[in-house]
Amino acid sequence: MDQKREHHHDHDEHGSELSEMQLRVRALETVLTEKGYIDPAALDAVIEAYETKIGPHIGARVVAKAWSDPSFKRALLDEATKAVLALGVINRVGDHLIAVENTPKLHNMIVCTLCSCYPWEVLGLPPVWYKSAPYRSRAVNDPRRVLADFGVTLPADTAIRVWDSTAETRFIVLPMRPKGTEGCSEEKLASLVTRDSMIGTGLAKQLGEVA
Amino acid sequence: MDGVHDMGGMHGFGKVEPEQDEPVFHDDWEARTFALYRAMSYAGVWVIDQARFAREQLPPDVYLASSYYKKWELGMEKQLAELDLAGRDELAAGRALRPGKPLKRKLSAAEVPNIITRGSFVRPAQKPARFKPGDRVHTKNIHPKTHTRLPRYARDKVGVVEALRGCHVFPDTVAIGKGEDPQWLYTVLFDGRELWGESAEPSLKVSIEAFEPYLEPA
Repeated sequence: MDQKREHHHDHDEHGSELSEMQLRVRALETVLTEKGYIDPAALDAVIEAYETKIGPHIGARVVAKAWSDPSFKRALLDEATKAVLALGVINRVGDHLIAVENTPKLHNMIVCTLCSCYPWEVLGLPPVWYKSAPYRSRAVNDPRRVLADFGVTLPADTAIRVWDSTAETRFIVLPMRPKGTEGCSEEKLASLVTRDSMIGTGLAKQLGEVA
Repeated sequence: MDGVHDMGGMHGFGKVEPEQDEPVFHDDWEARTFALYRAMSYAGVWVIDQARFAREQLPPDVYLASSYYKKWELGMEKQLAELDLAGRDELAAGRALRPGKPLKRKLSAAEVPNIITRGSFVRPAQKPARFKPGDRVHTKNIHPKTHTRLPRYARDKVGVVEALRGCHVFPDTVAIGKGEDPQWLYTVLFDGRELWGESAEPSLKVSIEAFEPYLEPA
């Protein structure tokens, strides 16, 4: 057994040992705190906000409203930043949110091939797959097979449009409203809106799929 | 720079693997890394394209083998050392060996609700926009060794301006300390076959957000 393997073996036997990244990040935080650059309590507050307050439930409310209110939908597609702000689901929106509408003829998909640009304010932080090499490499040239990785099959005559987020503009997909939801409340509609449906790698759920 | 971060169209990375009920962070150090980045951004030590450029300059093998937040952490270490805000020796020691330098401001917990939005990147225009929606444009065949947001797959291609998005901070200059140099930003739409040839699905369309210096009339 070479030294590296032996080290790993050692590591495994001491489950409480800190990982390389735990150690590095702990050192970084300590140094920056001691230098007076950061306040660890502020870090706690940032983490709490992204774990509990900001997430795809915000985007889902925006979509549900657009499905229910044609004038809001027009405003959203026209100028999403302004429309989302007016909805009051969040108190501030970055200044360049763009909403794009899926139809039976056109399916929109969002990617960032260069890094991981994502509409944090309405969807929270991106999932690992969104930031991964397979998605970033394939979304722009093989989107239909990428959709298959998500178990999504579109009709052959639905064209695919991919938006590569190469600047500070951010995109949210307005998915198609599921059939049979005419009488549903906005709250019920929001429960059908998945994160992936707002990235364009999924579809909204059908009524039968939620409790 | 023509780095491994510029992944659009590359082959061989395999299937996309979504995770069911994925947590926001997979480990405490990921959460701390994210928050450290936000706090130091607030302190004014870097802007987003400088942070991106730092990650792009990680050695290719490190970039590809590192998880997302590990790249962030390594990028921060690099930037802090280059800016002389925290030395490699201090990070290795796990404690400050020299006093800190004065920064613009310090993030407090009370201020956090106000930073949960991205800053504005829109700036007053220096000159009228050169292109308008409907114009055919040719993306330049550029290969700067520094940061750019024109992906390789969309260079030297013909597309159509779909929308004008206002005048924005120019990543290519701000990333290397040469100022914001605001530029008009356009959504430029390409046919899949223009980008990928005959192998592309005929109905595929792909757009990029392109800054005016990336474009010339087609």
